[in-house]
Amino acid sequence: MYQYTLKRMLLMIPTLLGAGILVFILMRLIPGDICVLRMAGGSGYVDPKAIANCHAELGLDRSPVMQFLDFIWGFARFDFGNSMWTGRPIVEEISLRFELSLQIAIMATLTAILLAIPLGTISAVKQNTWIDYLVRGFSIAGIAMPSFWLGILIILGLLITTKSVFGTPWMPPIKYVPIWVDPLYNLSMTIFPALATGYRYSAVATRMTRSALLEVLREDYVRTARAKGLVQQVIIRRHALKNALLPVVTIIGIEFAFLMGGLVVTEQVFNLNGLGKLFVASVSNHDYAMTQALVMLVVAIFIFTNFVVDIVYAWLDPRIRYK
Amino acid sequence: MRLTQLMRPAFALAAAAVVAVGFGVPPAKAAPKKGGVMTFVVPDEPPSWDGHRETTFALIHPFAPFYSLLIKVNPENPSSPTDFVCDLCTEMPKPADGGKTYTFKLRQGVKFHDGTPLTAHDVVASFKKIISPPKGVTSARVAYFVMVDSVSAPDNHTVVFKLKYPSGAFIPALATPYNFIYSKAKLDADIRWYEKNVMGSGPFKFVAREAGAFVKGERNKDFYVKDRPYLDGFEAIFSSKQALRVQAIRGDRAAIEFRGFPPKSRDDLVKALGKDITVQESPWNCVLLFTPNSKKKPFDDVRVRRALTLAVDRWGGSKHLSQIAIVKPVGGVSYPDHPLAPKKAELEQIAGFWPDINKSRAEAKRLLKEAGQENLKFTLINRAIDQPYTIVGTWLIDQWRQIGVTVDQKMDPTGPFYAKLRSSDFDVTMDFNCQSVINPLLDIGKFLSADKGNESYGGYTDRTLDKMFDDMNRTGDEAEQKKLMLAFEKRVLDEQAHSFVTLWWNRIIPHRSYVKGWKVSPSHYLNQDLANVWLDK
Repeated sequence: MYQYTLKRMLLMIPTLLGAGILVFILMRLIPGDICVLRMAGGSGYVDPKAIANCHAELGLDRSPVMQFLDFIWGFARFDFGNSMWTGRPIVEEISLRFELSLQIAIMATLTAILLAIPLGTISAVKQNTWIDYLVRGFSIAGIAMPSFWLGILIILGLLITTKSVFGTPWMPPIKYVPIWVDPLYNLSMTIFPALATGYRYSAVATRMTRSALLEVLREDYVRTARAKGLVQQVIIRRHALKNALLPVVTIIGIEFAFLMGGLVVTEQVFNLNGLGKLFVASVSNHDYAMTQALVMLVVAIFIFTNFVVDIVYAWLDPRIRYK
Repeated sequence: MRLTQLMRPAFALAAAAVVAVGFGVPPAKAAPKKGGVMTFVVPDEPPSWDGHRETTFALIHPFAPFYSLLIKVNPENPSSPTDFVCDLCTEMPKPADGGKTYTFKLRQGVKFHDGTPLTAHDVVASFKKIISPPKGVTSARVAYFVMVDSVSAPDNHTVVFKLKYPSGAFIPALATPYNFIYSKAKLDADIRWYEKNVMGSGPFKFVAREAGAFVKGERNKDFYVKDRPYLDGFEAIFSSKQALRVQAIRGDRAAIEFRGFPPKSRDDLVKALGKDITVQESPWNCVLLFTPNSKKKPFDDVRVRRALTLAVDRWGGSKHLSQIAIVKPVGGVSYPDHPLAPKKAELEQIAGFWPDINKSRAEAKRLLKEAGQENLKFTLINRAIDQPYTIVGTWLIDQWRQIGVTVDQKMDPTGPFYAKLRSSDFDVTMDFNCQSVINPLLDIGKFLSADKGNESYGGYTDRTLDKMFDDMNRTGDEAEQKKLMLAFEKRVLDEQAHSFVTLWWNRIIPHRSYVKGWKVSPSHYLNQDLANVWLDK
């Protein structure tokens, strides 16, 4: 297991390097210039000397090879440098948002797990009954509905309902306060995006749980268990579900990693100052340094999540051994 | 400008809209109340905090309340393009030396937020940084002060500007809201200190900022204007999504957004909130242009360019587009309400503004036929921003269709869009000119020859036009300025048909009715120090 862990960790190096090369090239292929955007974004007059000065200040007047070597060398030392847009340390800018993104990702994942596993199990056990149809309808709706759209509906629903019930419209706060500062305020802001995202996420996991469980329930060992007279509940909980969960865990792992940087529109809908919003801003501002750092962070999160998923596999299925 | 208390929603949207845009009566003046924290939303976040360096309104809204200016647009009359009042000075100076010397006397006892006194040396150091920044320091407004020869402080409370020549553009340039007065001591220690720090002498003191989230300020108890500010503080929350900003006002998570909303959002808020919402509207010192690439065939032919502007019905467009987009006033290259701008009768003599659109389009067709371009096809590049770019771009395509011209519209994000403009990689482009203080003498610099380095993307060289601009800026005689301005308008828009105005923007600010003391101005950059704002709660 140790060997396996070490091997996986070493494999991270070429993966990160590949991602680094890719994002470095792609960012420079996008037409546009951070200095022009910054100084001429309002279409006002900007002295070309000021733009040249800005290029020199940001190191953009150096050759791309030198810029790339600088980026990789900085990354190897965990020194991401400063944002080209704000001039502030990238680590500081990311850490501010990381906390919120992590909270939303955890809350959405919990929502998804709490919805998906019971619903998927019931749906499989009650296959082709009205309960199954209801659950399938619920999960298909979740897949079909983009979470940002659901988010907009939630906000509008809250505004309209509270206005008609209490006479004053209410919506979730738009400024983040950490959970340890004011738990109630924090939850009133984060619960709704977590529900909107968790619902879509749960829909995929519900369908996966259902189909995996249906497959397992047709296995010989389940028939044997039934023949031995084991009650249905024990068969499901102790024997079938554990095996059926393998693909579900994969889905949950991938989705969790995605949530850390991919909640672009949902973050905007709820005004969450998370990593997704920062990602979009840095790409549209041509902030190469910030985009590169964010891509490397998300790649690292994906690699780490996959690693955790592999470990969970071994726990769920003792037959799996890593050498 | 209209300041309007809107009726209850029972009177329906139509009634409310009429009141909002036409027959508004300002509410009776109530005594301002002290206290409260005002929350507002800001659509964007500035890159740095240095006003001298940045060009975005996103810097002004959260940071202007921390700073003083030497002079500013009159907060009681911000819609006037010529009404400037002192902020740090005691009296607006009369120019001496044939219009070449301006002497400002400063208020005594003004203090920076760290308690140090603000003197004329701080004002001089700030303007030197703006006008002639040292190597390696960026100032976005060097060109605004080309007429300035020197700025000096003969004593602690006097600032003297000496100009190279008399210029009507000087005072408006001085009132630019980005001209924050910084501490000389801070600048001497590190000239870039203000990029990441705040320390001014304005009505509010900086409290906190979280990247991407908010900026917070509290009342400056030592502010030099008695009894100001009224608010205990403010909180500017960054929110990039317009739908959320509208809902934030509806749900009272924010009281106001100072940039402006489209008509639909205004109507939705009026319908949802009734008397709890107040709408202020104003013509906006921003204009959408369209510019043919004169370096490219067939747009090197003035007949083709002229046909493009003759096809556009600006008078009709104003009526209809203003119902769905943030555009409305019809005008030439200078801000329509400015004394230098052409009057309606003068404007109607210019191609593209003729009162008879059928006659105008017939002439456009004739010109195209004469130029051998009856079946002209081209691509219009546009910014991928809904309000008002996409809407006006789509409208233009329909206008050109009516003279037999076929146009594809290509939308680009801001970065790639500007890259195309700078490399002249386009047939015809949408463009815009958006300024803060209304200063037509400088604002029209956008239309000068390409080699003048002023963001003119048409690729043309017109020395006659450049000379008109220089002459206008070097005379203090208003009648002469007006005559030259009209000739400039005719040359750009008609005779040489270099670049064209579509419609000027219309600023719509729906805000919570408890926000008092703030008056809409023709620019989202102006009147934002919040000193006079109070909450009627």
